[in-house]
Amino acid sequence: MDRNRIDIDGAKDYQRLVQQLAPKPNVARLTARAFLVGGTICFLGQFVFDWFRFRQPTEGEAIAATLATMILLGVVLTAFGIYDDIGQLGGMGAAVPITGFANAMASAAMDFRREGFVLGMAAKMFIIAGPVIVFGILAGILTGLLAWLAKAGP
Amino acid sequence: MIYFWAFVVGGLICAAAELVMIRFPRLTPGHLLVGLTVTGAVLNGFGWYDALIKFAGAGALIPVSGFGASITRGVLQETQKLGWEGLFTGTLEFVGLGIAAGVLFATLAALVAVPRG
Repeated sequence: MDRNRIDIDGAKDYQRLVQQLAPKPNVARLTARAFLVGGTICFLGQFVFDWFRFRQPTEGEAIAATLATMILLGVVLTAFGIYDDIGQLGGMGAAVPITGFANAMASAAMDFRREGFVLGMAAKMFIIAGPVIVFGILAGILTGLLAWLAKAGP
Repeated sequence: MIYFWAFVVGGLICAAAELVMIRFPRLTPGHLLVGLTVTGAVLNGFGWYDALIKFAGAGALIPVSGFGASITRGVLQETQKLGWEGLFTGTLEFVGLGIAAGVLFATLAALVAVPRG
């Protein structure tokens, strides 16, 4: 009986030991990396944004052109396998910018191409982008409706 | 100066997302991207997110929250012009270019590039 008791305690202690020794996510380092990588991508995006701001007739069109250019950049870096490394380094700092959205589309398209063009490449391309577009459009319609009603007034 | 704020604001949005990921390990990056997009779309209902873009430029525009804000911006602009139809036609006004570009470029990448490993 005593022996069993010791064993159970031992198991518990062992679990605690494993928990203590397992590498914990280093919150400060991960956050700092996300900050630096995300900040750098936005810093580069500012050059693109300024370039289009002086060449497009409206701010809205400059914004659209900037997003498209950054998406092209994200896809090109993905195709060369470079964005994987950026993702390893930056975590959410690489995923949150629009280049990460492009990376999600391109990497899924590349990986699932061997499952066919229709149900592989085309379907899996939207595995991350799809939900973003769906909820973005829903939120945009609802918010736009509320703002429009508020402006029209009773 | 806007380059400095682009770096800081863009970095802060990413760092905040990373903190949420660490705090809630069950969330995937997909959940966070959706959350940020919706946040940006809702904040732009009264033009608040566009004010942030004025201040921080690409630092607010490039994170996916800027993508969501662009959806709402299109809706607001088109409802002023067209009325209720604008609620629908406006959604892809500014992001349509990006989505179409993403589809085209991702397809080309899938045709040309071979995934590593």
